[in-house]
Amino acid sequence: MNIHEYQAKALFAQNGVAVPRGYLANNTIEAEFAFRRLKSPVAVVKAQVHAGGRGKGGGVKLVKTAEECRQVTEKMIGMNLVTHQTGPEGKLVRRVYIEEGSEIAKEYYLALLLDRETASIAVMFSTSGGMDIEEVAHKTPEKIVTVVIDPTTGVQPYHIRVISTQMKLDAAETKELGGILHNLYKMFMKYDYSMLEINPLIVTKSGKMMALDGKMNFDENALYRHPEIEAMRDFAEEDEREVEASKYGLSYIGLEGNIGCLVNGAGLAMATMDIIKHYGGQPANFLDVGGGANQEQVTNAFRLLLRDSNVKAIFVNIFGGIMRCDVIAKGVVAAAKELGLKIPLVVRLEGTNVEEGKKILETSGINLMSAANMADGAEKVVAAAKKAK
Amino acid sequence: MAVLVNNKTKVITQGITGKSGEFHTKLSHEYAPRFVGGVTPGKGGTKGVCDLPIFDSVREAREKTGANASMIFVPPPFAADAILEAIEAEIELIVCITEGIPVLDMAPVKKVLARSKSRLIGPNCPGVITPGQCKIGIMPGHIHKPGKVGIVSKSGTLTYEAVGQTTAIGLGQSSCIGIGGDPIIGTLFIDALQMFQEDKDTEAIVMIGEIGGDAEIKAAQFIKENIKKPIAAFIAGQTAPKGKRMGHAGAIISGGSGTAAEKMDALRAAGVEVVVSPAELGSGIAKAIKNFKK
Repeated sequence: MNIHEYQAKALFAQNGVAVPRGYLANNTIEAEFAFRRLKSPVAVVKAQVHAGGRGKGGGVKLVKTAEECRQVTEKMIGMNLVTHQTGPEGKLVRRVYIEEGSEIAKEYYLALLLDRETASIAVMFSTSGGMDIEEVAHKTPEKIVTVVIDPTTGVQPYHIRVISTQMKLDAAETKELGGILHNLYKMFMKYDYSMLEINPLIVTKSGKMMALDGKMNFDENALYRHPEIEAMRDFAEEDEREVEASKYGLSYIGLEGNIGCLVNGAGLAMATMDIIKHYGGQPANFLDVGGGANQEQVTNAFRLLLRDSNVKAIFVNIFGGIMRCDVIAKGVVAAAKELGLKIPLVVRLEGTNVEEGKKILETSGINLMSAANMADGAEKVVAAAKKAK
Repeated sequence: MAVLVNNKTKVITQGITGKSGEFHTKLSHEYAPRFVGGVTPGKGGTKGVCDLPIFDSVREAREKTGANASMIFVPPPFAADAILEAIEAEIELIVCITEGIPVLDMAPVKKVLARSKSRLIGPNCPGVITPGQCKIGIMPGHIHKPGKVGIVSKSGTLTYEAVGQTTAIGLGQSSCIGIGGDPIIGTLFIDALQMFQEDKDTEAIVMIGEIGGDAEIKAAQFIKENIKKPIAAFIAGQTAPKGKRMGHAGAIISGGSGTAAEKMDALRAAGVEVVVSPAELGSGIAKAIKNFKK
């Protein structure tokens, strides 16, 4: 789960990581008021969207007067911001963050994320912050240092020394970085982060180290124990189909094609997308109904697929382990009847309770094609979608 | 003879009175009667599904039944705790089916595991099966056939495809290990491949990976140096868009790493028969076996 910059800054402030002063603004009145409250000669108007690369896309602008702040905000709110991370369709800017300007002397990069192999926290630091870190990693990897923090020990002084020595930081910076890293690590463990990125981590002309931006991603498996983090979720930043799917406890990702897929298991769902493409078709979505899905969830999944007007044919590909074929079959039948299915439907069932499932489909009276196996199903549905065009 | 489980394995179910735990204990026990009890704190002294005795703790269950394996169906907030309890009770094989365990909960589990007597499969996995002898997990037993192909996979349902296909062409399976799709798991591809290499019943290996992380890249290196049996592989998610989490907590591509293409290339370079369609797993391993003998 992602959160906005303004929320990340609030979390930083609560947890001992210095940030510039700033206020969220939902409209031009609030923006102007924010500028006046800040009493700063320069302020920055920053678009609040769940994507990076805002600066290049025109989503970060310096302002020197309240009037300028109002004007910039007026243009920015309601704009469709396109960055290299939003995709060509861009993201609608609904709110801005008005932040006091900082006298930036240096821009660093600092990120924490899980290192799977060692089951530890990897800390990445670079003095080449403020720009495309992926390019730095690609072209000049020696400019990034990585240390791995074992949760058994936490952050130790030698971790800071390794970073400081390799990046040639002076004593004052080393001390500030140590303090920030301790607090970030504590935050990481406290709130169950997946990733925490500060780019840039600035050093001001007066030597203060602050987070000028914050990208935070949380482990969704742990949200149940962090209701205050879950409350920060902004559904408007997510694909509405994905939001609806998650309400039903389904895992769904919308794609561009015309073949709707309903599959059990993430691996098989990905492989179903792969095999559809292999036979020349285009999947409309990734959809994993999971193992414990009940009949209602299956019907809801179907409903979701049918809502996508791009969908010209549907492939139900089930190999039941936990998932029972009879439950899927009942769900498919209920959905098809309730929603008045008019497009081609190919169903492939295998696994737990397969015979019951097949019988339910055969005696249902619904018009569908059954597939002997996955390849057969993919071929049939691709042909059906082509015909439907 | 096969790996991890056989007809001498004695299994308990942690979470035996939950809906899923009960359902899958019944199916697994009916497939091969290896289950000897279950654990649900507070319900000790009662009988559960299949008339199995229930205990309050794993230690007690082990003492009273001689269990050497555990199948865990405990909900995510308490699953890491269940694993730790089983490790402490010295259960040799722990199979954790639970999906949704907070990632950071698994970090200390991994450390404790390293200095213990236990092997953990999972979490978020379909389990382990030696056809005809013992099934610990949620896989449908009837599609399996005792045979010669060892299968290791991150995905549950995609494993069943490999099983279905290898059964159909008559090769059958020696054992199938579902290592699971989470970022932190107890048994890696490399561990499973090592087991299959050393097992005299396994004549060929099928490996199923997916996008995210670099376990398959490491496996490719390991295969080059250590595997002397025919091996075929499929990587799911070739067509997945970047930056999207596809169901599994583990399956995220970020930047250029963790892509299917990278993994497929690495495996091919290690001499693995890499198939591009999941429908070719059976024919792929048949081809690998044929070419290997040459």
